[in-house]
Amino acid sequence: MATALTGYRRANGRVGIRNHVVVIPVDDISNAAAEGVGRLVPEALAIPHPYGRLQFGEDLELHFRTLIGTGSNPNVAAAIVIGIEPNWTERVVEGIRAQGTPVEGFSIERHGDLETIKVAARAAQRFVQEAGEIPREPISLGEITLSIKCGESDTTTGLASCPTVAQVVDEVVEAGGTVLFGETSELTGGEHLIAERCVDDDVRRRFQQTYDAYIRMIEEQDADLMGSQPTQGNIRGGLSTIEEKALGNIEKTGTKPVVDVLEPAVAPSRKGLNFMDTSSAAAECITLMAAAGAVIHLFPTGQGNIVGHPIEPVIKLTGNPLTAGTMTEHIDLDVSGLLRREIDVAGAGEQLMTVVERTVRGRRTCAEALGHREFVLTKLYRSA
Amino acid sequence: MAPSQPSDRAPWASGPCGAPGRPQGRWFAIHKFLVHNEGDDVGVATEDIVSGDAIVGIFMDTGGEVALTARGAVPLSHKIAVRALARGDEVTEYGTRVGVATSDIEVGDYVHTHNIRSARW
Repeated sequence: MATALTGYRRANGRVGIRNHVVVIPVDDISNAAAEGVGRLVPEALAIPHPYGRLQFGEDLELHFRTLIGTGSNPNVAAAIVIGIEPNWTERVVEGIRAQGTPVEGFSIERHGDLETIKVAARAAQRFVQEAGEIPREPISLGEITLSIKCGESDTTTGLASCPTVAQVVDEVVEAGGTVLFGETSELTGGEHLIAERCVDDDVRRRFQQTYDAYIRMIEEQDADLMGSQPTQGNIRGGLSTIEEKALGNIEKTGTKPVVDVLEPAVAPSRKGLNFMDTSSAAAECITLMAAAGAVIHLFPTGQGNIVGHPIEPVIKLTGNPLTAGTMTEHIDLDVSGLLRREIDVAGAGEQLMTVVERTVRGRRTCAEALGHREFVLTKLYRSA
Repeated sequence: MAPSQPSDRAPWASGPCGAPGRPQGRWFAIHKFLVHNEGDDVGVATEDIVSGDAIVGIFMDTGGEVALTARGAVPLSHKIAVRALARGDEVTEYGTRVGVATSDIEVGDYVHTHNIRSARW
């Protein structure tokens, strides 16, 4: 490779590839103020969401962990936090500050939206100006945390785009990097293949417990999953069963051992391929992985999922020539040549690695350019 | 963007992609479907298949070929049976069970939710 990779070295030692200033609302009713700051300081990116009130227990912990992880993701230069009241606001601020990310918090009660926007916008302006002076430095592939998740899969996903991702996954792991995969329910039919790849009995036991608990949760609903998992899009694309979908999905995880099992939005502590317990819904999954510190995402799609994320660039590739031809603005890499056998999977992997390197160095993904900023919090149960 | 010329990287010249001496690719493609593993019951259409067509598929693991006559229209990315199955038989793809046949299936039949179902949920 001719040109070195560059990125941003953060205070906690992690490496980012983007340099965002974000405005994070703690709760739904602070979205308007966060977006007001974003309008006054256009380079400060508001990340609105619908939750944060009266949550409790594990669900509340996950809410905080996701917001804190997003605000301290290595792709973030600095964060503004806005909540309705000071206590939970400060909790999120402290979590972000503990990772070394510059952060300031503001609460709305006793000030109102307009006064809050005024002071928060001043802080955001300063952060934006300062972020511009943070230099890009040489980094290595092994310093990257990569996440993977596919969506609107069809049978071409397992034939082409997922095996292509596997090439890059193996290469990142071999370089000493960290990779996150998840989609707990979507391993069904191939979960034994993941269990076999767990690095030791402890990881295997925790994987099996995590998988079994998720499936139990689904079964407790006593509902017909046809059309949900597999989705209507999957079925339209030729996938007939969850097992068939899962085996295609698993193709993208490559060949390396599974070194750890992570709860949602928990940052990995082990290099290598990590499994995270997540929903298989694209934006929920990517949001959790970005909150765990992933800085670049590889997204194989069959029928054409168009997801993005506010701070983690999402690279989309497809092996379906119909999708590649009709949704060009969403597809960063067309690997449909694999179906026609014009290229082999190693060649497709090299093409994807080139896209990854260019994205690391600053090329905007399709989703970034089109403003796809899906930020979807995982809610474990109803609020109190 | 124009597709790159096959001479740029000629992947079939060596390696697992294609039988030796037989050019593969858009300009020469002879296969209409791909099968993950030899022994799988189903293959995946790599272009729209018309009912009644005599077509060839390729096993991705061995490079071997299988010829059959399509007994139904199979859209791009949907499945075609390469082995006959009886109702209740397990359906294998990727060398692994992906479901169960809900009716008898003959070689060349279109395979989807109308004749297979999950064995899990």
